Amino acid sequence: MAKSLLLISRQSPWSGPGAREALDIILAGGAFDLPIGLLFLDDGVHQLLPGQNAKAVQQKDLSANLQALPLFGIEDLFVCADSAAERGIDTEALGLDGLKVLTAPDIAALIDRYDQVITL
Amino acid sequence: MKFAIALFSAAHAPSSRRALLFAQAALAGGHEIVRLFFYQDGVYNADSGVVTPQDEQDLPKQWRTFVSDHQLDGVVCIAAALRRGVLNGEEAQRYQRSAVSVEAPWALSGLGQLHDAIQDADRLICFGGP
Repeated sequence: MAKSLLLISRQSPWSGPGAREALDIILAGGAFDLPIGLLFLDDGVHQLLPGQNAKAVQQKDLSANLQALPLFGIEDLFVCADSAAERGIDTEALGLDGLKVLTAPDIAALIDRYDQVITL
Repeated sequence: MKFAIALFSAAHAPSSRRALLFAQAALAGGHEIVRLFFYQDGVYNADSGVVTPQDEQDLPKQWRTFVSDHQLDGVVCIAAALRRGVLNGEEAQRYQRSAVSVEAPWALSGLGQLHDAIQDADRLICFGGP
């Protein structure tokens, strides 16, 4: 059986190539049909905010790539409730279908469930 | 135990030094390293253009020696490397750039190599940040 991978994405979308490069790992794994989960933690929750204007900071839009994740077979999508709350973000307003909101104990159990973990 | 080692930080970051020390200790302890995968700023650890002051640790050189001596599979992510101007001869020619800074024992390849190593290894150990 294929080993499962949890990727924890902690970078805000416009702080450098970190968020995009984390997503690239996910998309590459999806192409191989591997069991992969994606958790948005810390500043990573900013990637999920709707209505981002990438053009205003002369960047390419990351949101469209996130929306396409189910097409790549990536359906285990999680966001940290505490990270969102600390940043004044309402998880109800986050624009990603199938996103599950997890508390700290949920996240500990989630990490435990996966064979391998990458934090970026 | 079979380890895959992923490195995300630049050659001058302490975490890159820890990654090398870990890799050396793993082999010394009789373990196997199925692959080293350099991603994000980790690609700079394979950059032969890095010049380190004489009284400081030359990490790219130490990695090169380590990988050669133990004939390890050292893979540098091609997309991350291109973005950072770390090119081998083939890529420099393809994109008409004058500087070549990745040579053997390193190989430029795709993220599939990371997933392949993750599947092959018992443990994936990542190094990044400060």
